[in-house]
Amino acid sequence: MNHLDRLEAQSVYIFREAYRDFKQLGMLWSIGKDSTVLLWLARKAFFGHVPFPLIHIDTSYKIPEMIAYRNEKALEWNLNLIVGQNTEALANKQTYPDGAIDRIACCRALKADALKHTLDGTWPRLRMNHETRQLETDTNPTAFTGVIVGARADEEGSRSKERYFSPRNQDHDWDVADQPPEFWNQYKTDFAPGTHVRIHPLLDWTELNIWEYIDRENIPIIDTYFAKPGGNQRYRSLGCFPCTTPVESPSRTVKEIIEELRSGKFANIAERSGRAQDKEDGGGLETLRREGYM
Amino acid sequence: MERMNVVIVGHVDHGKSTFTGRLLADTGSLPEGKLDQVKAWCAINSRPFEYAFLLDALKDEQAQGVTIDAARCFFKSDKRHYIIIDAPGHIEFLKNMITGAARAEAAILLIDAHEGVQENSRRHGYMLSMLGIKQVAVLINKMDLANFDETVFNRIKEEYSQFLTSVGVKPSAWVPVCARDGDNLISPSERMPWYTGLDVLAVMDAFHKELPAENLPFRLPVQDVYKFTAQDDDRRIVAGTIVSGTINEGDEVIFLPSEKRSKIAKIEGFNVDPRSSIGTDMATGFTLTTQIFVKPGEMMCKTGAANSHIGTQFKANIFWLGKNPLVLGKKYKLKLGSARVQMVVKEIINVLNAAELSSEHKPEVGRHEVAEVVFQTQKPIAFDTADGHPLTSRFVIVDGYEIAGGGIVVENRSNRSGYTARLEFDSDWQMTSIDAVKRAQRAGHSAAIAIVFGAHANELSKAIETSLFEEKIAAYRIGATSPLQWERLVEMAYILADSGQVVIAAISGTSHDVVAVSDPLSRFPIVPIDSDHCTPAQAIEAIRTRI
Ligand SMILES: Nc1nc2c(ncn2[C@@H]2O[C@H](COP(=O)(O)OP(=O)(O)O)[C@@H](O)[C@H]2O)c(=O)[nH]1
Repeated sequence: MNHLDRLEAQSVYIFREAYRDFKQLGMLWSIGKDSTVLLWLARKAFFGHVPFPLIHIDTSYKIPEMIAYRNEKALEWNLNLIVGQNTEALANKQTYPDGAIDRIACCRALKADALKHTLDGTWPRLRMNHETRQLETDTNPTAFTGVIVGARADEEGSRSKERYFSPRNQDHDWDVADQPPEFWNQYKTDFAPGTHVRIHPLLDWTELNIWEYIDRENIPIIDTYFAKPGGNQRYRSLGCFPCTTPVESPSRTVKEIIEELRSGKFANIAERSGRAQDKEDGGGLETLRREGYM
Repeated sequence: MERMNVVIVGHVDHGKSTFTGRLLADTGSLPEGKLDQVKAWCAINSRPFEYAFLLDALKDEQAQGVTIDAARCFFKSDKRHYIIIDAPGHIEFLKNMITGAARAEAAILLIDAHEGVQENSRRHGYMLSMLGIKQVAVLINKMDLANFDETVFNRIKEEYSQFLTSVGVKPSAWVPVCARDGDNLISPSERMPWYTGLDVLAVMDAFHKELPAENLPFRLPVQDVYKFTAQDDDRRIVAGTIVSGTINEGDEVIFLPSEKRSKIAKIEGFNVDPRSSIGTDMATGFTLTTQIFVKPGEMMCKTGAANSHIGTQFKANIFWLGKNPLVLGKKYKLKLGSARVQMVVKEIINVLNAAELSSEHKPEVGRHEVAEVVFQTQKPIAFDTADGHPLTSRFVIVDGYEIAGGGIVVENRSNRSGYTARLEFDSDWQMTSIDAVKRAQRAGHSAAIAIVFGAHANELSKAIETSLFEEKIAAYRIGATSPLQWERLVEMAYILADSGQVVIAAISGTSHDVVAVSDPLSRFPIVPIDSDHCTPAQAIEAIRTRI
């Protein structure tokens, strides 16, 4: 058993625990490499099936290729896709790209708020209809009690304190100081009405592991992660285009990215360094995270 | 390259964060500019620089000045990648310490040379033993405060090793260090020439990877049974993670506690090459050769091998983390392997106070205490004992919505295997106050349970009931076609027989299955009746001799 087998087995176990204990279970899918690996692991756990909905929060500022990739895979892999959005903020132009608010406030409105209300079913949401192959209004917006998320402990400080099963209270708050104990592969699967649990199957994976696994399993990944032929730019982390800048890198294949991570110039540079909102204030991300931003 | 999780534990302020920060700095494992950034932050805030600040990734942690959670950081030696889990030393955060330590394969325990062995030095030592972490190194830190004196080192070593021995922990090394200045961390200290052992990094590299439990008997807690119908998938897959041993296609398996048997048809998987054998730690799934009803929570073992115990009562060593104490008679949820079952505390044998190491008799187990208790489960479950198979002897206790404790089974105390009537479990359930003998005198006959099995169990049991009724015997027939209903059948039979009636229970099984049903009812006379070889008259005769 090598280290990827081990990580895979741990993640699959967590998926199965979640599926067994949470009747209203959903999984966030940002289309990025982590959540696509997460989706692959779900298919591992359930022998090719994904027996719960995937939730995508569409800020409307995603790179267009991401939306195309999302819809294509949803149809191809028979996924139950749900899409949520802060339509009001977008209609009123209350966003950072519109010049109305700063980056952190924009993340809060378009991601954290949209997520919160999509999860609890209080805002309208869309669902993929596999017959018409279109997104249509979700007629049965129930609240989710378990939400699977692709956070990794090595991403940034606040995530290194997460649990595999991490409770959130009614207001989606994360109480960092009072988290449930986790040992012997037993997790918090009992929760009070109105609260929900975030589930993190990728917590122990590193950025390098993700790429190694994509390579081993041959997982199709959106090609904005790769440099164009002759080009010297690619995305290392995918966010909204006004706040995400590509990195200088000529890597055109998964193997080249792995090589670059193992030895090359990224060894000591944080993965999210291309995400502008991380720099805005020291604890901004943690504050947002408590409020529900992934 | 190999990876290893190592947890750093010890009493608050004995230098865990300093040690971790310094180790990261000395091995060149910090992100570029991080050290300067923290030093600058200290200068601006006019605070002396502390290596511990490096680890304080969270705002509120810096404000409080104590490690509240097990933070993870990464570094590598020439030998392997390390994931360092910095566990909090403060008693308030014991559950976080446990969370951190439970993920580790080895532990480093720090003791302040100046303060010596403290309450949490002992408590953490005890927890490591409970959690089953066998590789432990002890660092006597802040040797600068003890003038780098060998006698101080030896005194603490002697005192603490006595304690560790008493809880079954055998350290692989004792190292005197000054974490703040880096003495003996990655190279020998010039200030302690009397110490000739390995430096800490070398001690860590000498930890060995824990071998998977391949040589223990096969165990797979059944996590779920899947039947996804999408895309015409008609597989019925028994899914779970192999805790120990190896299994092959064609192997005969037995599920406990139901004791149902089948054979592995195929090892299932998604996007993997077909395989005929699979081993420890793999998360997998199987199709079986026969259609049997297996429930999540059962333990899959191999037939003919040393199997798990089945029972409803066991003795355990536990540690308690709950805000409310663990009390007698209250219902808790037990999670052991994949089983979840209600249970009550039958007996608190003794409670150990980790601070003073004294044991006492108490009616409850308080927060952060460890104890020896007897539990009674509502339904039979499969488990192992710690000396036989430690991995499947471990369980957690859920109080309300919270995981409030953990423990290991040390002894099976069940007086019988198989089902135990739920009625005996419910301590707040009221039973009759009339004596069975008086009942029998009034009715003219005593109670009995006839278990009718075989292909004609239905017809025969109806005929028996009618005849007995006509003979003015209080008789009542119940029947269950699926083994899934047997538990309920047992419960009802128990009540009816307790009320003095003759129960005629029809089951669709064979003589083999009679045992499963009759075992928990053995308080009453049991009359097995084979419907394939028995006339109504013969059956009535057999029953009459027992009432
Ligand atoms: N004199 C001395 N002080 C130390 C040493 N190691 C740590 N300290 C101090 O002990 C205090 C507590 O250390 P810290 O690492 O925060 O302890 P923790 O609570 O176990 O993580 C800090 O003020 C450190 O500077 C050492 O080797 N010598």
